[in-house]
Amino acid sequence: MTDLLRFRTDAAHEEPAVSLDAFVEGQANASAVRLEAGDDARVLIPYLDRIMLVEIGFPKFRDGRGYSSARILREAGYTGELRAAGDVLVDQIDFMRRCGFDAFAPDAPIDEAVLTRSLERYDYHYQPAADAIVPVWKLRHG
Amino acid sequence: MYKYDQYDQSIVDARVDEFRDQARRRLAGEITEDQFKPLRLKNGLYLQLHAYMLRVAIPYGTLDSRQMRKLAYIARTYDRGYGHFTTRQNIQYNWIKLEEAPDILADLATVEMHAIQTSGESIRNVSSDQYAGASADEIADPRPWAELIRQATTFHPEFSYLPRKFKIAVIASAEDRAAMRLHDIGLRLVANDAGDLGFEVYVGGGMGRTPFIAPLIRAFLPVDHLFSYCEAVLRVWNRTARRDNIHKQRVKILVHQMGAEAFAAAVEAEWQEILPNKSDVPRAEFDRIAAYFTPPAFEAGDREPDRADPDFAVWLDQNVKPHKHPGYAIVNISLKPIGGIPGDASADQIDLMADLAERHSFDELRVTHAQNIVLPHVRKADLYTIWQALVDAGLAESNLDLISDIIACPGLDYCSLANARSIPVAQKIATRFAGRQRDLGELKLKISGCINACGHHHAGHIGILGVDKKGTENYQLLLGGSGAEDASLGKITGPGFSEDGIVDAIERVTDQYIAVRQDGERFLDTYRRVGMDGFKEAIYG
Repeated sequence: MTDLLRFRTDAAHEEPAVSLDAFVEGQANASAVRLEAGDDARVLIPYLDRIMLVEIGFPKFRDGRGYSSARILREAGYTGELRAAGDVLVDQIDFMRRCGFDAFAPDAPIDEAVLTRSLERYDYHYQPAADAIVPVWKLRHG
Repeated sequence: MYKYDQYDQSIVDARVDEFRDQARRRLAGEITEDQFKPLRLKNGLYLQLHAYMLRVAIPYGTLDSRQMRKLAYIARTYDRGYGHFTTRQNIQYNWIKLEEAPDILADLATVEMHAIQTSGESIRNVSSDQYAGASADEIADPRPWAELIRQATTFHPEFSYLPRKFKIAVIASAEDRAAMRLHDIGLRLVANDAGDLGFEVYVGGGMGRTPFIAPLIRAFLPVDHLFSYCEAVLRVWNRTARRDNIHKQRVKILVHQMGAEAFAAAVEAEWQEILPNKSDVPRAEFDRIAAYFTPPAFEAGDREPDRADPDFAVWLDQNVKPHKHPGYAIVNISLKPIGGIPGDASADQIDLMADLAERHSFDELRVTHAQNIVLPHVRKADLYTIWQALVDAGLAESNLDLISDIIACPGLDYCSLANARSIPVAQKIATRFAGRQRDLGELKLKISGCINACGHHHAGHIGILGVDKKGTENYQLLLGGSGAEDASLGKITGPGFSEDGIVDAIERVTDQYIAVRQDGERFLDTYRRVGMDGFKEAIYG
C-alpha cells in the first residue's frame, strides 16, 4: 500500500472500514464501510448521513463496477470520503474523480507529474457526472 | 454533415495529447504491456500477427471528401498504401508502428476524426443506415441521434471499464440495412399514434461465439430520454454482468439469462433512479446537431440515364438505389472486385471516391456494414460519368448483395485470434460464382475466420466459419441467417470442409436452390420454405 491520495480538505478518516456484510449484520454504527466490486452500494443508502468513509475495492483495474457504485452513492447524496482502493492506475483517476471518488489508495505508487497533467488535460466533457463539471451541451446553450 | 465546434475539437485534440503521453510511457517502459493494452485498445490500436492495427472511427459511417482524402494520406504515409473498411463502418490500417500512432491521431484530428473507443471494453463507434438522409423509407434522418449518442458516450466516466465491448446502432426505417438487432442496443426511430417520435429499444443482440438477436425491451421510448435510458441499460449491465469469464460478459448473455422481461424491468427501475440526474441532452442541443443534417439543395428535374451501354445498365440495376428526391439516386461502390480482398481500397481508390463525392454527391460518402462505399446523393444525369470513373479505377463491380459481395473478416492473414484464413476463401468463391451470380440473385455470403464472428457468418444467407481441426483449417457451412429486418441466425449444415471443399459445397447448395426455387424466391426464401432438410442431401449426398 502506498500513500493515500486525497482531494479533500478535511482530515482523513482513521476508523478501519468494516465489510458490507458486517455492516448489515450488526455493525450499522460503524462510520467506515468497504464495498467490494460486486457489492450493492444501494444497501448503504439509508445510512449515508452517518457514514464518513466508503472504500470501494478494485481487484483489477479492468473491473469497472466500482465506478457505478461511486455514482450511485453520490447521486443518493453521500458527501463523505469516497476512496478507490486496490489496482487503481494513473490513467483512471480522471474518470474516477468524475464518478465521485475523492480519495485513492492505489496498490502501486501514482506518478504525480503524469497525474497532474492528466487531470488538467481535458477542458471540456460531454456528459454530466457526479462532479461539478458543466457538460458541453450546457455550455453551448447557456 | 456534422461539423466540430471548439468543444468537440478541444476534446479530440486533448485525446491526441493523452495518447501521445500514454504511448511515450509505454515505449519508455514506465507502464507494462498489460497496463497499456486497455489504454491503446480504447484508442483502436490492436497488436496483430505482424504489426499494430489502427481502427479509425467513421461515426455512423458518414464522412466528407476532405476526411476521405486524409484516410488515403494515412494509407500512403503510415501504411502500405491501402486501408480496410470494416463491418462497423470504420476503416482499419494493418501495418502501423506504435511510435507513429500519435502522429496519425494528430493528422486525423485536423479533419475532425479520431480513433476513440473503436476497440476495447468501451462504448464503440455508433453505427447507422448507410442510406440515412437519402432513402424514401425513413421517417427521419437517424444521424442526428447517432451524433448525439456519439458525443454522450465519448469518455463517459462511468462506462469506460465495461464488462465487454458495447455497440449501438440507430436506424429510422422498416428495412434494416445496419443489422440493428445484432447490436448490444439497437434503436429504431418510430412515430406513435399521436405522431410523436420515439425509439423501439432492442437490447442484447450480438454475434460472437454465442449469437443472439436482440429482443425488444421497450416499444416506445420518447426521444428526449434516449440517453438516460441508454445509461440505465449500461448501468444495469455494468453492475450485474459476470466478470469472471470474458466469453460470458456481453450484455446479450445477461439479457438471455435474466430473460428479456426481467431485464427490461431492471432497466426501467434503474432509469427511474437515473432520471433525476438530468443527463438527457436537451432538445435545443438536438436541434443544433440536427441543423447540420439539413438535406442538401437538390436540383429540380428528373431525367433517367441513357441505358445504351449494357455494362452500365447492369451496374445501374444492381448497384444504384432509389433516392427520396426525384432526379437523384444512391450509388453503391462495391469494394468486392472478383478475386480481391473484401473491403480493401487503395489510397488512389480512396482519393478517387473522395473526388466523386465532392463533385457529384454534395461532398458526402458513407461506409456500409457490408464493407462497401456509398455516394448518397447523386444526380441521375451524372451516373454515367461516375460509372466510367469507377470502371477506370477498378471499382465498378456490379455485385451489390450478390454472392460475390462477401463480408469477410481479415482472418489468419492478419488477425491473432483467427483459426483459419478468410480472404482466400472469399476470393475463390467470388471467382467460382462470378459468371452466374446474377442468376442466383440476392445472396449474402459472410465469412469469419474464428468463432468471434467478425465476418458476421451467423447472419449470412450462407455463412462460413473457419475453425482449426487438428492443425488444419476447416470450414463449417451455415444456412439461413439474416442481419436485416427479418433477422435470423444461420444453422450449421453438418461436418465441415477443406478450403476447396467449402467452395464445392456452396456450389451444391446453390445448384439445389436453382433446382427447387419457386418464382421470385431469393435463396433465403427458398431455404426458409424447404428448411435444412431440403439442402442436406444435396450437400452431403
